[in-house]
Amino acid sequence: MASFIQLLVSGLATGAIYALVAVGFTLLWQTSQTINFAQGEFVMLPAFFILAAMNAGAPFWVAALIGIALALAILGLLFKVAVVDPMLRHGVLPLVISTIALSLLLKESVKDFYSSQAQPFPALVPPTDVQFLGAVISTQSLAVLAVAVITIVMLHLLLNKTRLGRAMQATAQNPTLALILGIPVGRMVLYTFLINAALVAIASILVSPIYLAKFTNGETLGMAAFIAAIIGGFNQVRGAIIGGVLLGVLDNLSAAYLSSQYRGAFPLLILIAVILLRPQGLLGRFEERTV
Amino acid sequence: MSRVSAAAIVAAAAFAIAVPFFLKPFGIFLISMWAVLTIAAMGLNLTLGYAGQVSLAQGAFVGVGAYSVALLTQAGYPFALAFVAAGGLCFAVGWILGYPALRVQHHYLAFVTLAFTTLVFLVLRNEQWLTNGIYGINDIPRPSFFGWSTRGPQSFYFFSFGTLVVLSAGTWWMLRSPWGRAFVALRENPIRALSLGLDTRRYTLMAFAIGSMLGGLSGALYAPLVQFIEPGSFALGMSFNLLLMVIVGGSGYFFGPFVGALVAVLLPEWLRITQGYYLIVYAGLVMVMMAFCPSGILGLIGRVAKAVSRAGRAARAVSAEGIGP
Repeated sequence: MASFIQLLVSGLATGAIYALVAVGFTLLWQTSQTINFAQGEFVMLPAFFILAAMNAGAPFWVAALIGIALALAILGLLFKVAVVDPMLRHGVLPLVISTIALSLLLKESVKDFYSSQAQPFPALVPPTDVQFLGAVISTQSLAVLAVAVITIVMLHLLLNKTRLGRAMQATAQNPTLALILGIPVGRMVLYTFLINAALVAIASILVSPIYLAKFTNGETLGMAAFIAAIIGGFNQVRGAIIGGVLLGVLDNLSAAYLSSQYRGAFPLLILIAVILLRPQGLLGRFEERTV
Repeated sequence: MSRVSAAAIVAAAAFAIAVPFFLKPFGIFLISMWAVLTIAAMGLNLTLGYAGQVSLAQGAFVGVGAYSVALLTQAGYPFALAFVAAGGLCFAVGWILGYPALRVQHHYLAFVTLAFTTLVFLVLRNEQWLTNGIYGINDIPRPSFFGWSTRGPQSFYFFSFGTLVVLSAGTWWMLRSPWGRAFVALRENPIRALSLGLDTRRYTLMAFAIGSMLGGLSGALYAPLVQFIEPGSFALGMSFNLLLMVIVGGSGYFFGPFVGALVAVLLPEWLRITQGYYLIVYAGLVMVMMAFCPSGILGLIGRVAKAVSRAGRAARAVSAEGIGP
């Protein structure tokens, strides 16, 4: 029982990080039909911005802010202007190829210009353990959970309780109508790219102390984010959150109780099962096809 | 087909036959790799260029084919049998994978096939009793037919190139048949194809299974070409590479994969001066290409040729009116 609780909490912490990344993924899809195959690398990269800033002498908190700012500028603004915008008129496929190439570019750049070795990354809280019902739970897992929950609650409030958020939702649901209603659609799309950049930067700060900062980190994270998005329903922010948490917990439990050799396989099997039985995802709606 | 492109094909074929006589063994290895990978890319082009579905599983099919041939020939079965078995197995696996996977389209399919590739990699790595795990399989023999051994680099190249010619002729014939034209209809307008009475799902599945089979046959040549295979060769990297070959060459063009595979095989050698930055340069080039010319190199050539002939016609018209020089 004690080990079950331990696995559950660490699974929840991993799942919360997956959820952050998956939410960004679905937001981009909703507002601009962008399938970002480089989403995993987007999570990998900010950790290296922060490490570079710390190497230049900045204390961790300053470096983290610099990292988030760089993420907003590069992974938000520059990504939209230089990669997505020129491609949208060609349709979805060229953009998919281009983001695949981008993921390769980011990965190789970090490997060549920073390091191919895993880099230690400072934790948010000093690593101690707390006892709970006989289980030993690391404060790090709790800190990750807390930050992720706060981030998602704030995002929820922004999207549902403010005028800006409702304008963004309108843009996602029907851009033409939103334009007629006087919503600056272009700016709303830019905001979703910035929100995605902020989410991946936060995820990067949370995940890097656990896995260490390494150029290959994006591979598993990107896959997990997509699986989470599919499980939950591609067109639902709520779905991505539930999908992410579910995936993190199932991944941890199956690795412990079933087979650690095939750890990577369980999320994929869940993905295939969901696509077979409920292609619109657990919470998703069917998207209508047009001729 | 226009006379110009027919002449270009004949010239390219003549070049492909003559070139190994002027190359060192490593150069011959590279062009053999080109011939082998072109087969896989051609199969992916069926799925992507004609049926319009993004598949990231082609590298896994190459792996399944390569492992089948390596294991069967080492167990003493003749190469021809192993070759057919590799193709048949991949056709069957493609069909079984496609059946559920093709319920979903585009990006969903991309990720389902990505999941499949990762699963195949895990099986190849973990099932040591069969695949020898991370240590891979060594000393894969090259076949000989009726006393003609393909052990030398030159003869193996001709064997690979001959197989490529036969398989591409078969694919060409298939795409010309009424049956193959249905593939194009699928890409251009699936709903219209459906309303014309085509069983679109069956045709998409067929395109996917045949594409997978070509992947397996490519793997069947890959194993004796490199003579050492390990699971890492068939991970996601290879599937990405094959996808990029099709796109860079020009997806939906019959000869797109031929050009794309050539670029993918030769570019790393040409970019050797950039040392470790080869992949960065390659990825950057692909992104630029997608932004300005998503139809690939052949699409670009087509566009330039059209512009040139239009300019030529305009010049002729002008001089006929007696205004021009």
